[in-house]
Amino acid sequence: MTRLIMAALAALMLCVSMAAAQDSPIQALLQEHRVLIEESSRKTIQPAIDALRDSGFPEAQAVLEKWQAKDLWQREADKLFFFVEKVDSKNYRLLDIATGEAAGEFPKKELNQLKPNSGVRSLIGAALVQFQLMAKDPAKRIEALDAIQRDPAAEHLVALSGAIAKETDPDIRDRKERLVRLLTISFGETEEARIAAIESFKGDLGVDVRGALNPLVATSREVAVGTLPEGVNIAAVLKPGSTAFSEAEAYDLLVSKDLVLPRITAADRRAALQENITDARVGGVPVAQLNTEEARERAYQALAEAGLVRAAATQAQIAEALAAHVFFEKYAEPSAAITEAANDTLSSINTQVGFNQFIDLTLDAMSLASIYFLAAIGLAITFGVMGVINMAHGEFIMMGAYTGYVVQQVIPDYTVSIIVALPLAFAVTFAAGVAMERLVIRWLYNRPLETLLATFGISIALQQLAKNIFGTQARPLTSPAWLDGALVLNDVVSISYIRIAIFVLALIFLGVFLFIMRRTRLGLEVRAVTQNPRMAASMGINPDRINMLTFGLGSGIAGIAGVAIGLYAKVTSELGSDYIVQSFMTVVVGGVGNIWGTLLGASMIGFLQKGIEWMNPSNTLAAQTYMIIFIIIFIQFRPRGIIALKGRAAGD
Amino acid sequence: MEKSFFARNPSVLIFIGCLALFTIGVTAMSEAMGTDVISTSFLKTLGKTLCLCLVAIAMDLIWGFAGILSLGHMAFFGLGGYMVGMWLMYARTEMIVVASMANAEIPPTAQEVVDAIGTQIFGVVGSSDFPVIWAFADSLFQQLLLVVAVPGLLALVFGWLAFRSRVTGVYLSILTQAMTLALALYLFQNDSGLRGNNGLSGLQNLPGADAIPQAQISLWFFWASAFALGLGYLLAAWVVSGKFGSVIRGIRDDEARVRFLGYSVEGYKLFVFTLTAVIAAIAGALYYPQAGIINPAEIAPIASIYLAVWVAIGGRGRLYGAVIGAAFVSLLSTWFTGGQAPSIPLGFYTINWVDWWQVLLGISFVLVTLFAPKGIGGLVDHLTGRVSPERYGADLGPDSGSLQEQEAEK
Repeated sequence: MTRLIMAALAALMLCVSMAAAQDSPIQALLQEHRVLIEESSRKTIQPAIDALRDSGFPEAQAVLEKWQAKDLWQREADKLFFFVEKVDSKNYRLLDIATGEAAGEFPKKELNQLKPNSGVRSLIGAALVQFQLMAKDPAKRIEALDAIQRDPAAEHLVALSGAIAKETDPDIRDRKERLVRLLTISFGETEEARIAAIESFKGDLGVDVRGALNPLVATSREVAVGTLPEGVNIAAVLKPGSTAFSEAEAYDLLVSKDLVLPRITAADRRAALQENITDARVGGVPVAQLNTEEARERAYQALAEAGLVRAAATQAQIAEALAAHVFFEKYAEPSAAITEAANDTLSSINTQVGFNQFIDLTLDAMSLASIYFLAAIGLAITFGVMGVINMAHGEFIMMGAYTGYVVQQVIPDYTVSIIVALPLAFAVTFAAGVAMERLVIRWLYNRPLETLLATFGISIALQQLAKNIFGTQARPLTSPAWLDGALVLNDVVSISYIRIAIFVLALIFLGVFLFIMRRTRLGLEVRAVTQNPRMAASMGINPDRINMLTFGLGSGIAGIAGVAIGLYAKVTSELGSDYIVQSFMTVVVGGVGNIWGTLLGASMIGFLQKGIEWMNPSNTLAAQTYMIIFIIIFIQFRPRGIIALKGRAAGD
Repeated sequence: MEKSFFARNPSVLIFIGCLALFTIGVTAMSEAMGTDVISTSFLKTLGKTLCLCLVAIAMDLIWGFAGILSLGHMAFFGLGGYMVGMWLMYARTEMIVVASMANAEIPPTAQEVVDAIGTQIFGVVGSSDFPVIWAFADSLFQQLLLVVAVPGLLALVFGWLAFRSRVTGVYLSILTQAMTLALALYLFQNDSGLRGNNGLSGLQNLPGADAIPQAQISLWFFWASAFALGLGYLLAAWVVSGKFGSVIRGIRDDEARVRFLGYSVEGYKLFVFTLTAVIAAIAGALYYPQAGIINPAEIAPIASIYLAVWVAIGGRGRLYGAVIGAAFVSLLSTWFTGGQAPSIPLGFYTINWVDWWQVLLGISFVLVTLFAPKGIGGLVDHLTGRVSPERYGADLGPDSGSLQEQEAEK
């Protein structure tokens, strides 16, 4: 009795679950297209997918995803569709596609797995894109847009157009609209729509636009007998023998189209001759005489006439073949109107790109100039104001950079460590500068060439010391996280924050220098001692003290510059010597003894170097070479620099 | 009656005598003579040192006598080496290529030989075509002419530009340094036509001399270096001894005064600059076949500064000073950096001379500049009793070089 009731209950439950499964509207929809789904052919499946996609049922996406992933199953008994869960190797638990409720366990052989082929799966994928484009989560929508952009296809165009109207986020909406235009360029239905889309991108800097337009104007080289063919979108007619299209290229084209006999390369001919040596002769020519190209050609022709080697085209045949054919470049895109519009848009884009590249180059040049300025401003004080050649200046820059490195080892927080490192680097190099001035330089004030040599001795000693202490490998000086990344204005113009920081630092230094020299007692005394030390001394200024402080100041600034330079270059013991010649150049070109001159000199060298690099982008070494040559010539015309001191202050 | 050149310059005879004795001594002890006291590698070091002495003489002429601190003479030295290296490399590669092609069944064309040489030489920089500057590399005579012509012309053009615009003193030093840097950077490029930073190598193998042992070749180069040094010393001594020497010393001491006396200061400077560049180039052409390899790092500004260091330590303004300085410092440097100098244990730290030699050199250089501006050569003055007045204290007059406080008290 009990067993009977149980069986009845079970049967009832099965009925209920079956009824529920059958009742859900999505199941009904699937049943409606059951035949198509079972057939699962790329040619016929589209209506079923469209029906699901346009059904508006919340489960439609899940069904499509499962279907695509071969996770949709069918119960053989009543042909209903289910999701499944594996119980063991033989049994699966069915889950209702609408509610996700369990609908009993069944042995595997009573179930059918739907296995759509790859063609069907890609159709399902295209339908799914629409769901992703309308997903609630904006991140998902952006992800979908990225996916389309990576792999554009014609079917996305419809889905994308459909997804614009309901978009709420204005940014994503803009992106969608842009992407629609972008897809229209390649997949638009009418020529007018495509041309309109192409023209809408005039002056647009996006790399994606160029990516979409360039295939339209891609050309291939073609050849025709006699006259140009009709009905072909021809980009240009090529003349064999011009610089862009040599005769050899033209003939190779003919050969590649199997229109003429191939030529033979010197190496092949040599190999062919070698194979046909008989009794120390080839084609009647003695082997010993085969040491000229003419003799070899003669021998080869003799062989060809005898049929021993394949015939090769002679010069006369080549000329004849070239004259008999026309060569032209053909667009892959058949419509002339579209290629014309694409060319128009591309040229307007290129103008824009060129303009923006110029801005980018200017920004680059400015940042390079500020680096040179930073490296040279300390020299502008020691060399420019005091007239002391300090070859160890570069090593002071290096000391500053290493100070920054050591501080970072002690203080792990990069922001704090930079804030500590800047004044500490100043203190260290100020002390080093003062020590050097006291111990060495003050004995040599009247002997500038010997100052150069003595400070050079210090420079090599310091460099080797740094090598002994820190090793030869480069040490990192990491910039704080807020200096990472770049300020991106558009796809062409961008500048890293660290370069902006260095630029700002250079401006601050300029300000500090001007303030010290013009507004403080020290500056007044420095200027007095520079102009006339004896007179200054009789006015109660101690020239020794002033010289010491000035030298210390110049060295200290070199230390701070070292921290700044170390942030974007690796810190090595050779860091300073990389900059020393350029720094001296900056000061000399600008004009000794004038901070504005140093600024101008740094700008000139920075812009010049970037300009030369732009003309010959592959080769920065050559850029430096040409720059130095330019400076040597420049010195011819303005031996005292851009801003030359006049009168007594000019010295000798 | 005027005394003879050698009577006026006794140091020349002494120097030539010492050099001859040295050469004969080294020859007698060399491996090629079978005595084996001096190894071939050390013989090469000695030969190279003689070349460095020659370039030091050039440096002394331009700096010690004409007062122009050129930081670019090692560039001329290196250029000379490159010029002779081009021929050595071309000729030797040609021999190898011709030998390997002789086995082919079909004799090679002239173009094929040249192409194969090009592939051999420039394969390392991913090219196989001969650049224009190699146009004369197949002829030893023309290439030897270039040893003199290329650095000479460069010095002439550069000097003309620099002296014409009255660039003097430290400005000129920096400008010459810039020239050296530009040249080195240019040569570092792979498409400069001189094999980029690979440089030219295998120069120690003379073409066609495979049968002769290196010991013998080294000895020949040693003799050639000694001969060139002797000749260079003689030439330099002759140049500075006469009226010409007086004028260039005058330019060193007060350029403006010499100009007002009516001398063409620029012409004199240009002549000395070019002459010393040529001497440097010849020294380089003898040096690099002994070194075996030349690359752009040899031309870097630092090399020229070391040259100034040698001359300063040896004592500038006297030719034997330059020779002593170059020989002393470069041999000492070889000894220290070669790891032969014993390390000094300090308990807490061991001074390893390979690491500390540069520090020692730098500091001793500062000390020499400060306390012994006459350098090692100044010791000769002590021996001969030529002691300059001890000048201490501040200047009494308005100009530097006037009578000084403590002198006046005597």
